[in-house]
Amino acid sequence: MATKKVTGSQAVILSLLEEGVEIIFGYPGGAIMPIYDALYDFDRHINHILTRHEQGAVHAAEGYARVTGKAGVCFATSGPGATNLITGIADAMIDSTPLVCITGQVASPLLGTDAFQESDVVGISMPVTKWNYQVTYPEEIPEVIAQAFYIATSGRPGPVLIDITKDAQFGELEFEYKKCRKVRSYIPETPVDPFKVKEAADLINAAKKPLLLFGQGVIIGQAEQELKDFIEKTGIPAAWTLLGLSALPTDHPLNVGMLGMHGNYGPNLLTNEADLIIAAGMRFDDRVTGKVAAYAKQAKIIHLEIDPAEINKIIKADVAVLGNVKKSLKMLIGNVNENNHSEWIQRFKDCDKIEYDKIIQKDLFPEKPGLTMGEAIRMVADETNHNAILVTDVGQHQMIAQRYFKFRQSKSNVTSGGLGTMGFGLPASIGAQLGAPDRTVVAVIGDGGFQMTIQELGTIAQNKLPVKILLLNNHFLGMVRQWQQLFFEKRYSFTELQNPDFITIAKGFGIPGHKVDARDDLQSGIKKMIAHEGPYLLEVTIEKEDNVFPMVPTGASVSDIILEP
Amino acid sequence: MKREYNITIFSENHIGLLNRITIVFTRRKVNIESLVVSESAIEGVYKFLVVVNTTEDMVKKVVAQIEKLIDVIRAFYHTNEEMIFQEIALYKVPIEALYESDTVERIVRNAGAKILEITREYVVIEKTGYKEETQALFEELNQFKVMQFTRSGRVALTRDPIERLSVFLRERDAFLDSLD
Repeated sequence: MATKKVTGSQAVILSLLEEGVEIIFGYPGGAIMPIYDALYDFDRHINHILTRHEQGAVHAAEGYARVTGKAGVCFATSGPGATNLITGIADAMIDSTPLVCITGQVASPLLGTDAFQESDVVGISMPVTKWNYQVTYPEEIPEVIAQAFYIATSGRPGPVLIDITKDAQFGELEFEYKKCRKVRSYIPETPVDPFKVKEAADLINAAKKPLLLFGQGVIIGQAEQELKDFIEKTGIPAAWTLLGLSALPTDHPLNVGMLGMHGNYGPNLLTNEADLIIAAGMRFDDRVTGKVAAYAKQAKIIHLEIDPAEINKIIKADVAVLGNVKKSLKMLIGNVNENNHSEWIQRFKDCDKIEYDKIIQKDLFPEKPGLTMGEAIRMVADETNHNAILVTDVGQHQMIAQRYFKFRQSKSNVTSGGLGTMGFGLPASIGAQLGAPDRTVVAVIGDGGFQMTIQELGTIAQNKLPVKILLLNNHFLGMVRQWQQLFFEKRYSFTELQNPDFITIAKGFGIPGHKVDARDDLQSGIKKMIAHEGPYLLEVTIEKEDNVFPMVPTGASVSDIILEP
Repeated sequence: MKREYNITIFSENHIGLLNRITIVFTRRKVNIESLVVSESAIEGVYKFLVVVNTTEDMVKKVVAQIEKLIDVIRAFYHTNEEMIFQEIALYKVPIEALYESDTVERIVRNAGAKILEITREYVVIEKTGYKEETQALFEELNQFKVMQFTRSGRVALTRDPIERLSVFLRERDAFLDSLD
């Protein structure tokens, strides 16, 4: 292959083009200026989205990665630019989101000297990246970027960071690009062991009360069809984790709902009655398991997982099937018997009835005057015909949205799970909309989180992104307030907010909006938002003490799930 | 039950990897008792030996998370019984101790230690053995007021007759080649 002489900065952009990058989210500054200068010549090939804060850039890159399955790319300068990425990188790490973050760094002779805008970003990001590397020679750039994309997207995905010193950006190299296909010290996934599959299949065929739990591994591994085929053949009910949501259509008859702290009654309660738990691409987060010592003690556990470090980390597996869940599910389908578990499934339906009567009906069709989060979510889901991408922030509105939104297709749920990052929602919706330009993106956000990254309204306006922002405003940091109500004797310590006029603020950014205070106005407000062509803010005033139930209190067993305070 | 475990890590020699490895211990609040890093018998492959005092459940999880690091090739853990290990200690003792009686000479001989260097001011003694042995020698020599004392980290070999890493590397190379 012919080579050509280019600068390190040009090599960065050429390498990104080789990797098929179409969008970069970023923010320029001193130490990354040469790369931005090189980018200027490629503005017809790569779309750069200038966010209003580096945290916005990294969350937008996460949103993009979640809806496309591709690596999200972001740029930031050295020092504060790089440190502002850290929250988003940590979020991507714990939620297995592929990111390639490129930061500028002071020139190599200045490294370690406390130079202007120098921070040890390689050191700082080490605990929260899958891999990181500091480039000090221009010749390293193509190979390091190729490795970065390979590592970020293969196996269990995650964020990588490349820090490039300014002299390496200015220096020259002979450019030649070769995609990375292996790294000696890294095996992204192990081949599925057919003996383990057989062992798992024997347990499945013998089980009387099996329950499948699916997580984001099914979405990342593109195993949605295999999951569906597997449960349909075996007749096994399936419940989802927060990040597994949308891998299986909401109305699938074997979809029994959400696991965990604010999940559905049936899947939590019956976890402790099942005789077999099949965990597919999930990691037994503490929000899912509740008290580990009282979690599914009566059940055999099959764990289908790509990351060996997750096996037996929290819950001991009787049979661990390592490898890509798409492959292991496919192999399982060939080894399991057709079955149905109608009596067992009836138990979930009975639980649903109890939950509906005690909670869901009041959430979705309230009769009291105050508006609930649930009714707003239900209407938005219905008005978008269950085809929208749901992006949420973190807190009560997030749990309610996950519980009541409905999905027909995968990669439609973008939320901050493991890290629980407030401020995630608005910027993530930018990336989600750019990654799925033909779909309706609804960003559901609370009044607390909205104010953490509210400046990204500017990014949405500048790029004319038709994001529909549903702001559920209860004038409280609602989830914290709920805990204070339930576990801290209603001592509402610093959770009440005096909020600005959000509609005026949005208007200032050039985004139209409307505020709904009464039930009569809710449906028309939502219809208007969905029908609007560009970005739109719909603020809904929510009953102050609207709570999320059911709930597995911290430290309690999943079967001690409570339906009311 | 807590006990001593020897964690052997084979890795690429990349800047910052030591930091990445220690982060795994720090996150789980496992204290490192001893740490030795050097090039292994395989060129380009580095070997870490980390000694920790913890439970088997914890050491398993730590090893799994270390193996997950991109630049780590393989990590193992062994109990002390499964390994042959030694530490080396150096002692600097005032020269008068040697002149005044034959006690130092006798101690050195009994301990299987050896004298490395004698100067006008001091004598340097070297002892290889278990920590308890090098410590015992320190206590004995300290009647002469040891001027300086230093002890290395642990070096260890498994009692396993085969070198598992070379087998593993051969298999891994074959596996990676099969991906092409």
